[in-house]
Amino acid sequence: MSQNAPLTGPALRRAAHELAAPLPPLLAEAEHLASTVMMGEHGRRRAGLGDTFWQFRPAEGHDETRDIDWRRSAMSDVQFVRQKEWQVAQTVVFWVDRAASMSFTSLKAGPTKAHRAAVIALALASLLVRAGERVGMTAPALRVGAARGHVLRMAGLLADPDPSDYGTPSDEGMMPHGRAVFVSDFLGDISAAEAALAKAADRGVRGILLQVLDPAEEAFPYDGRTIFESMGGGMVHETLKAGDLKDRYLERLAERKDRLSMLAREAGWQYATHHTGDPASMALLWAYQALERRA
Amino acid sequence: MFALGPIGFTVPWLLLGLIILPLLWLILRAVPPAPIRRRFPGVALLLGLTDDETQTDRTPWWLLLLRLLAVAAVIIGFAGPVLNPEDETPGTGPLLVLADGTWADARDWERRLDRMDALLGEAGRAGRTVAVVSLTDLPAEGPVFLSADAAATRLPGLTPVAYAPEAETVTEWIQSLEGDFDTYWMSDGLARDGRTEVLEALEDHGTVTVFESPRPVFGLRPATFEDGAVQITGLRDVGAGPLELTVGAVGPDPAGVERQLATGPLTFDSGATEATLALSLPPELRNRITRFELTGVRSAGAVTLADDALRRREIALIGGDADGEVLELLSPLHYLREALEPNADLIEGTLADAIPANPDVIIMADVAQLTSIEAAETLDWVENGGLLVRFAGPRLAASDVARDGEDPLLPVRLRAGGRSVGGAMSWGEPKSLAPFTESSPFFGLEVPDDVSVSAQVMAQPDPTLAERVIAQLSDGTPLVTRKAQGDGQVVLFHVTANAEWSSVPLSGLFVQMLERLAVSSRTELPPLEDMEGTIWAPQAVLTAFGDVEPAGTMPGVPGEDLIGDVPNAAVPPGLYAGENRQLAVNVLGAEDVLERASWPDRIVVEGLAVVRETLLKGWLLGFALTLLAVDAIASLALSGRLTGPRASGSAAALFALGLMLGAVPNGAQAQAPQDEVTTETEPAGPADDFALRATADVVLAHVLTGNAEVDQLASRGLHGLSDVLFRRTSIEPAAPIGIDLETDELSFFPILYWPVTPDQALPSAEAYAKLNRYIRSGGMILFDTRDADTASFGSSSPEGRKLQALAAPLDVPALEPLPPDHVLTRTFYLLQDFPGRYASRDVWVEAAPPGASQVEGMPFRDLNDGVTPVVIGGNDWAAAWALDETGNWMVPVGRGMAGEQQRELAYRFGVNLVMHVLTGNYKSDQVHVPALLDRLGQ
Repeated sequence: MSQNAPLTGPALRRAAHELAAPLPPLLAEAEHLASTVMMGEHGRRRAGLGDTFWQFRPAEGHDETRDIDWRRSAMSDVQFVRQKEWQVAQTVVFWVDRAASMSFTSLKAGPTKAHRAAVIALALASLLVRAGERVGMTAPALRVGAARGHVLRMAGLLADPDPSDYGTPSDEGMMPHGRAVFVSDFLGDISAAEAALAKAADRGVRGILLQVLDPAEEAFPYDGRTIFESMGGGMVHETLKAGDLKDRYLERLAERKDRLSMLAREAGWQYATHHTGDPASMALLWAYQALERRA
Repeated sequence: MFALGPIGFTVPWLLLGLIILPLLWLILRAVPPAPIRRRFPGVALLLGLTDDETQTDRTPWWLLLLRLLAVAAVIIGFAGPVLNPEDETPGTGPLLVLADGTWADARDWERRLDRMDALLGEAGRAGRTVAVVSLTDLPAEGPVFLSADAAATRLPGLTPVAYAPEAETVTEWIQSLEGDFDTYWMSDGLARDGRTEVLEALEDHGTVTVFESPRPVFGLRPATFEDGAVQITGLRDVGAGPLELTVGAVGPDPAGVERQLATGPLTFDSGATEATLALSLPPELRNRITRFELTGVRSAGAVTLADDALRRREIALIGGDADGEVLELLSPLHYLREALEPNADLIEGTLADAIPANPDVIIMADVAQLTSIEAAETLDWVENGGLLVRFAGPRLAASDVARDGEDPLLPVRLRAGGRSVGGAMSWGEPKSLAPFTESSPFFGLEVPDDVSVSAQVMAQPDPTLAERVIAQLSDGTPLVTRKAQGDGQVVLFHVTANAEWSSVPLSGLFVQMLERLAVSSRTELPPLEDMEGTIWAPQAVLTAFGDVEPAGTMPGVPGEDLIGDVPNAAVPPGLYAGENRQLAVNVLGAEDVLERASWPDRIVVEGLAVVRETLLKGWLLGFALTLLAVDAIASLALSGRLTGPRASGSAAALFALGLMLGAVPNGAQAQAPQDEVTTETEPAGPADDFALRATADVVLAHVLTGNAEVDQLASRGLHGLSDVLFRRTSIEPAAPIGIDLETDELSFFPILYWPVTPDQALPSAEAYAKLNRYIRSGGMILFDTRDADTASFGSSSPEGRKLQALAAPLDVPALEPLPPDHVLTRTFYLLQDFPGRYASRDVWVEAAPPGASQVEGMPFRDLNDGVTPVVIGGNDWAAAWALDETGNWMVPVGRGMAGEQQRELAYRFGVNLVMHVLTGNYKSDQVHVPALLDRLGQ
């Protein structure tokens, strides 16, 4: 619908329905995915904000008097402070690639990379919000929030595709010493990712890089005279015998992965590759663990 | 014709097309296979990669070669290559085309005409004059040689006839020919008298070429009736390998529409030229057959018409009362039976049984009084053309039948008493028979001297009497009288059918008289002297193609012509009707055989095929198609479309390949049935297991409804009932079985418990057939609507409606609510209520016969034998019986002690029911009445 069309009641409602249509399934899928983690080995060891006792430690000079746990301190001569886990909520900023390249799938009725990326990101966000963290987004920017409704807003933004061929990460809206999650296929120009990562590292932001790839991109099962086009049509490469390119392509892909891995290591980030042919829960589990890891 | 070695071309200039092949090579080579466009995000990584090889933008040479070969094959194929082309040298001079034109030609007459047409065309091109002559239709003035075109216009007028040419006539005709001419003889392939003479005569005039079809000629001999079956003999002219043909018996069905009434296989052994089929048919069917034919053979020889020789009349013999235990030789029917048995089918029994069978003749021996219904039915039957023959006897003489007025079922009025002559107490001598008058149907029969009549019933003198008498005694008293009644007739023999009153039944005259009355039919051909002077009207004639056509206005045929050498032009094959019988004239007689004509070596014998060269066009085009199919697959493979993602084209290509190799799967399938045969000989495990399980002990069964809960409850219910039966009675059932009506055998089970659910599927027609068989052979079905009978078998509850639908195709007798004296109330326990989980009164069983009445002083009626085939109720008995694995009741029944009591009664009902099924009406037996009375306290 064009922007200038008069928004009558039914039209508006239809537009709203169209917009919202992908959201509930996406969210439901993400919630479903998130629930698999809750049931997993990680349990609720860190559930609840400030409710769970973590440890007593001897009070030090900088501790305020009101933090002293008098009941524990009365048992001895030393004053103790009751420490709780996750007292300070982390801020996690997501960047999920929505560019045209992510809309590729080689599987029949299988998910596109964009879909898988959105599901994983939303599930992760949902888990974090439940754990009391605050989540936000960059490019498109969404301010950080901790409400459950925030995930819904994230889903709304993720359903909106980006017309460019390859996505570029951005570091805007990142809190210093916060956490960041980048989900993309990282097949485009790597310098943008490099720059974003460097800026983030400068601000003390730690995070994860999750590379989502289609199985066809790993296997390159093509042969014969072929014209390869990027998803947006911006890039074209013609070959007379696609089968011959396979080895060299795979070599380049491996290089790209190495490079990403190295970048991540340098910045203190975590890096992993996920294939849309695999279950999403594996990637989610890894991402959740990677975020928990205290770097 | 342009020829290269053994291969000639019909359109050689097309070969010039081969010149374009090099050009095509250049064009195809320059056009590389079209690229596929693929969307692929990883293209960013591909940028800058170059191809190693550069020559693949051209089509590979082997693919080019493949395509050029295909194109070359198409060009050569259309140029019409012929292997071993024949260059015939046309003859000169007049040409005589001679066709046999017999029934044996008919099966491929079209091909013969085609061949003659081709010959005429050839002759026309050579400028020869042609005469076309059929040996069965010889032109009296000799052959007329015309231009080939003119002769060709006469070809369609040439038709075969259903008989063979007469050898003498043909030979004379041929020998009368003059001048020189070549002969093409279109032979029908059968050996026949005079062939050699004709051939020699023709060879005097010029060369003779014979055209013959190599296909065998089939024929049927007239069907005969022997050993209780119709014997049909098939013939063929060449004793080739084993062959099975189908013989169809054609005749009108009961609605009068002509159709195949029966078929049977006619199996020729290897090398045999004769095969016989014995077709055993019920008389009703057999008598309707008008002809037999070989299915699929279109020729008059393959059809044989059936006449009276095959027809056996059905005669009903009705004796007097069957109570007298008379000696066999005194039985009124004995002599009739002896006289008629050889050539008629006899029906014995009561009149009520005989009339529905619609016999040709009913013979009543000393039957006087008929009930009014019987009389009306008999009269109906007579007026529709039946022949009623009655014999007198003591009973008829003593009765009042036809005393005062004429009885429609007796030809004359009878005087009371009858008379007796030549006995101990009477005057005179036994009377002999007077010679038969000319108007009598018996005219011409010799009257033996020793036939005498000592007693008879007497006809009342009447104005009509004289014309009704067809045989009389020497003193002029009627012996046999006859009158027409409607379309039929009534005949009375004034004597008995046994030897008591006369010696007529002992004489050969008796049989002849019955024959003359057309009571029995004669099977053998009538002798020549009988045929002389008779005229037989053709009813139907047979065309050479084996079709039966009405005779139309064909003139009658003298009887003597029908005997002897038939058929011929004067007596074509067909059905001829005489005074009182029909005679079939068939193409082949009972002794005929078929033999292939043998020609001397000097004669050239050709087939009917117009072109004998091997055409290679089809093979070449097929080869080109194959190459193109291979090319399609190769192209797909080359451009990466055969493998890799979304190779939609590959499926189609493989499908095409599969079509080309279609013969292979067929071969594989042909093996399959043999495997099945071998596996069938092994014991079929599951079916045997089921049978063993069901029959090793008494097993209660329930019908699987498809509703898991109901099925489970029914199964557990029968478990509970089986337990109770085991503990309390001598019935020791095994575990119950749930059965699928469609697949399982029912006959193993004494009782079927059938819970009715509103959503169960109706059984198939086969299942209903099984159920009906089950019910008729003593099985019982307990229908349980499980709705506490709220509907009272109206249709207001879903189960009630379902029950109506389920039971509609079942052979259920009339039902009634279970009467208080039904045997179910006392087969084991004395019961008056039949509760299950619900305690509704109404349980329906087979109704008592209408005549059953209670004898004074007896507590119950003496009711029908057997077991009620259905019991219908809605008390949900299975639920009341159901015990789970640990022996606990699964469903509560009632409350407190009353509930316990109700459950106990439910079990007792189950026990009574199974007892009833297994012991029938044993407890109805009056032997037990005193003891039961005692128990009842009366």
